[in-house]
Amino acid sequence: MKTSRIYGLLALAAISALTFNSCKPKGPKEVATGDAASKVYVAPGKYDEFYNVVSGGFNGQIGIYGIPSGRLFRILPVFSLSPENGYGFSEETKPMLNTSHGFVPWDDLHHIALSTTKGEHDGRWIFANGNNTPRVARVSFKSFRTEEILEIPNSGGNHSSPFITENTEYLVAGTRFSVPMGGKDVPISSYKENFKGSISFIKVDPQTGHMNIAFQLRTPGFNFDLSRAGKGPSHGWFFFSCYNTEQAYTLLEVNASQKDKDFIMAVNWKKAEEYLAAGKGKIEKVKYAHNTYSEKTHSATTVMENEVTVLDVQELSDLVYFIPCPKSPHGCDVDPSGEYIVGSGKLAAMMPVFSFSKIQNAIAKKEYEGDFNGIPVIKYESALHGEVKKPGLGPLHTEFDEKGNAYTSFFVSSEIVKWNVKTLEILDRVPTYYSIGHLSVPGGPTSKPHGKYVIAYNKITKDRYLPTGPELTQSAQLYDISGDKMQLLLDFPTTGEPHYAEAIPASLISGNTTKIYKIEENENPYASKGESQARVERKGKEVHVYMTAIRSHLTPDNIEGVKVGDDVYFHVTNLEQDWDVPHGFAIKGALNAEILIMPGETQTLKWQPTEAGVVPFYCTDFCSALHQEMQGYMRVSPAGSNTPLKFSTGKIEDQNTGAGK
Amino acid sequence: MALLSCGQQQATVQETAAAPEEVGGGQSTVSDSESAPNVVQVAVGSADHSTLVAAVKAGELVDALSNAGPFTVFAPTNTAFDKLPAGTVDDLLKPENKEKLQDILQYHVYVGVISETIVQDGMKLNQVNGGDVVLNKKDGKITINGANILGSVKASNGIVYVIDAVLLPPSPESK
Repeated sequence: MKTSRIYGLLALAAISALTFNSCKPKGPKEVATGDAASKVYVAPGKYDEFYNVVSGGFNGQIGIYGIPSGRLFRILPVFSLSPENGYGFSEETKPMLNTSHGFVPWDDLHHIALSTTKGEHDGRWIFANGNNTPRVARVSFKSFRTEEILEIPNSGGNHSSPFITENTEYLVAGTRFSVPMGGKDVPISSYKENFKGSISFIKVDPQTGHMNIAFQLRTPGFNFDLSRAGKGPSHGWFFFSCYNTEQAYTLLEVNASQKDKDFIMAVNWKKAEEYLAAGKGKIEKVKYAHNTYSEKTHSATTVMENEVTVLDVQELSDLVYFIPCPKSPHGCDVDPSGEYIVGSGKLAAMMPVFSFSKIQNAIAKKEYEGDFNGIPVIKYESALHGEVKKPGLGPLHTEFDEKGNAYTSFFVSSEIVKWNVKTLEILDRVPTYYSIGHLSVPGGPTSKPHGKYVIAYNKITKDRYLPTGPELTQSAQLYDISGDKMQLLLDFPTTGEPHYAEAIPASLISGNTTKIYKIEENENPYASKGESQARVERKGKEVHVYMTAIRSHLTPDNIEGVKVGDDVYFHVTNLEQDWDVPHGFAIKGALNAEILIMPGETQTLKWQPTEAGVVPFYCTDFCSALHQEMQGYMRVSPAGSNTPLKFSTGKIEDQNTGAGK
Repeated sequence: MALLSCGQQQATVQETAAAPEEVGGGQSTVSDSESAPNVVQVAVGSADHSTLVAAVKAGELVDALSNAGPFTVFAPTNTAFDKLPAGTVDDLLKPENKEKLQDILQYHVYVGVISETIVQDGMKLNQVNGGDVVLNKKDGKITINGANILGSVKASNGIVYVIDAVLLPPSPESK
């Protein structure tokens, strides 16, 4: 080692970095044409053409944006607490975050799957995965609320999820990490012997959307990354990208990149249904939470489930096949026709496109190159439609338009590449700023893409916006794909870390939205459906305040007789029946959050007074011209005192002055 | 440094960008004097690597290598390039040979950080161009495809090994 050379080199590096950075090469590729602004401009009061449903990654939420404007409309709490509206803090919503481990107030939300019918968006539900403590959530497109969260047992991390079949028959939940099943206490080095993969098939009720684990596939142990369902001719099949087929358990950066090819796993789920019907499944005792939110009671409940049915793919033939795919495949995307499956080996110098009909032919003729733990491995060439040669560096994900084109994101070379699915010819490439991860074409994963745009969700922002310290905004970019050449139109910031997103025509959603909850249909047991029902009741140490909110007062707004050590529950019903008139409720010293209560709804905030005194509470959502008057007092007396329980609104003790004594 | 001055390119922009709006350069153009140098900046900072830097630029890999990576870059010195047959480098720098140049340069890059401590004798790395290189380690001395590793520099997005020969990828058929 020539240290002097190295030191010199380092010193020079420091100096030259400045020189180098001051140089901004700009060519025609790095410009947007002058009409970009008009293409993304949505005039005041006008609507965007698409909803963009964007995963929030480590914020555990979903962002709802408009396309083409890039405007953020809402952040929907799914797996994470939201002090903004009380999700996960209110007594009604707390059960949504229950798991077999207890209350888990956060998750890592990576992927979105919108419900489909006959392969097309139907505008009913948003599904999303919790990557960390394995869960799948369902969000209503009517209320934009999380209505159901299903924990996934036998999973080490739910990354390969929640991809969806063409009629929303199933969602899948494939484990990222293989783990020993049943909580076995074994050495980590016994990976090959003891670690297994697990793929859950979640049945979705076509009317209600309710989810249930129909069965699980027990697979050899490696990592499952991403997935797509077949469609059209390949309906009945599911495709999963697998990496770490080396079965490494340490320094995967090196040890999971040893083999030239990993696998795409093709699953014949119709066959799985046959095996299930034939009683080939084994019932396993497990424990997982199933949480559902009722729009009638405005409350969530948790049911702890205790078994799943497991199909072992090594014991059941014709159920699963492996297709060799180069270098740690990430994306595994099926084109709108259902014939082509694109494997994106994130370390590969080319991208293979597999043909469903060739896969079927290879299976029929048993064109296998061998087996992996008894599962047939189809010959690469037998499954291959062709390779996209030198497409870019670090391919990750592919979406499709309605004209037979594919759009693939490349992390390392920081670009989107457009290519023709049939001819495999590269048609165009545009840079992204910077380091794109996922991308989305409206309808891109469906049988009927809407085309028009591709949206890039970037992993690195650096200098694209005004700096905000070491932690920067996340970023997305919008490109026009209506012409032959892709055109960058807009940068827009996003929350969380956006992973996968889908975009859907606004026309499928906006007309069906919930505006208010009808007060007469409110079945919350703590609802007060009128001020006459407002009251305070003591049950031992519990004090239940049945409170109503309507412009511009809370009933009751004077409460006495509460004591230190009590558990006080504020059950607040919003009596308004008027769109966009929520009320909020907050009380000083609350250790949880505020709650927002939509018109006609009841929500409950728990509060525990710790010292004597008079404590103010108020409405937090600016509801009216007299919002600032919408307040009240709670008198807290010392524990053991005899202050009588009393409550009122508008009762004035001194009639002469209109004020108190 | 001279090859990175950009007066010429900016002039180009002014000619072509009458109607279009500028939307920014690639990741290499981020102005940041606080972060540690990346693999490209390490190479740019070495007087011994001006040929390599010229090649990386001609091969349009500056932005890609300024990415998060992480990369292991095997960086031949100017002397290493000088050992190639006369005219080879000039030939490779011609625009019509860009793909060939990219193939060679990408054969010098691995996605992942292979620090000296994890190099094992006979270790095979599949490089960005799709070809394999073989690392050998004898008595603590590391070679790659027979070329000597003269030293290493840690970069913000990986590691740079200084090597004394240019690695030539095997023909596509034998990859």
